[in-house]
Amino acid sequence: MAQEEPTALERFINGILPENPVYRQLLGMCPTLAVTNGMKPAMTMVAATAFVLICANVMTSAIRGLLKPHLRILVFTMTIAAFVTIADRLLAAYMYDMSKQLGPYVPLIIVNCIIIARCEVCASKQSVRVAFGDAVGQSIGFGLGLATIATVREILGSGTWLGLHVLPASWPGWGIMVLPPGAFLTLGLLLGIAEWLSRRRGRAST
Amino acid sequence: MEILTSLILIFVGAALINNFVLHYFVGICPFLGVSRRVDTAFGMGCAVTFVISISALLNWTVTYFVLRPGAPLPAWVWRSVGGDPGTQVDLSVLSYIIYIFVIASSVQFVEMYVRKFFPPLYRSFGVFLPLITTNCAILFGSLEILKHLQDPTRLWGLHQALALALGGGIGFTLAISLMAGIREELDMCDVPGPLKGAGVALIVAGIMAMAFMGFVGVDKGVQSAVSALLR
Repeated sequence: MAQEEPTALERFINGILPENPVYRQLLGMCPTLAVTNGMKPAMTMVAATAFVLICANVMTSAIRGLLKPHLRILVFTMTIAAFVTIADRLLAAYMYDMSKQLGPYVPLIIVNCIIIARCEVCASKQSVRVAFGDAVGQSIGFGLGLATIATVREILGSGTWLGLHVLPASWPGWGIMVLPPGAFLTLGLLLGIAEWLSRRRGRAST
Repeated sequence: MEILTSLILIFVGAALINNFVLHYFVGICPFLGVSRRVDTAFGMGCAVTFVISISALLNWTVTYFVLRPGAPLPAWVWRSVGGDPGTQVDLSVLSYIIYIFVIASSVQFVEMYVRKFFPPLYRSFGVFLPLITTNCAILFGSLEILKHLQDPTRLWGLHQALALALGGGIGFTLAISLMAGIREELDMCDVPGPLKGAGVALIVAGIMAMAFMGFVGVDKGVQSAVSALLR
């Protein structure tokens, strides 16, 4: 083979930082912004997305020999939609309040670009093992991205972290951080910081 | 007249108060991706409005007749195979799969139709149409309509579904065109290096979202204005 395909381990590591879906690829922005007003909804969202991503990646990889090029996007979305329905019903059955709070964003996992991108880039070309490693790595990367944003927003917005009080009770709580504008501002600034850090490391190594 | 008032309220609510992009965060990918120039951004907005209306029409029809709890078609099938007529058939668990299938195939058909009959329009929409399948705004519009069809006491009619879809699409066009206008000006500004590109775009979006928060409560004014006009 002229060009080596990345192995399972490389795919796994790539997903966490070098190709982090939130900060590097800017994919899956809707959940990143919508459910990060608290740590709990963000982590539930990560769990649901990871479940769908891993299942869909493994399934797509298992049927990759049968895919027709012009129908593949349709097959990906239908596979993802089936797993999202499972995740949505599970959430509604066991975590009813959380499923009410996440509302339409659970079904919107179907059109989360991360999952379709991973099916297209990795799972439709490589073996089940590589696809699994890739999905786990990307899920961890997605989780890290959401966790950082949710941490900033929850601590500044309500002075709590995962529901625990971390700031003194006199903290006023920046209401704007919990509201939609806070999501845009936080992600914009964090992207700037991530970019600044990677540039500084680039300069140091040369 | 009450119908007209409710339609206008749904429209204003979807376009301004709960703007799809700036309040619900759906359609962020094209909002950041194709908002560099005003004309392409406006084209994208029009394409989204078009597809969201078509998919709302189709998905409302499917939901009303097949998927909602107590829909006529599965009930008829259930009775004709000898099922107990007292049981309510609810197929709404299938709605996500059906919706994404309807959206993906309608995008495909719209693309083929526009390419065949309106070549100039195709050249300006061209690149955006396939991307729209994975635009959350389309699916979100259909999910909102589903939410209003699951409650049998206040079923939404087709007109209300279309008002929501048009409002959402026009709100998206408004937001993405404004964003593109600001970004064209931003090109001439001295932005700190690490924030260039997506970073500063998100901060601008945050400030726009704050401005759109000012529309909260507009619905009351719109309601009284419409009822005064109609009187």
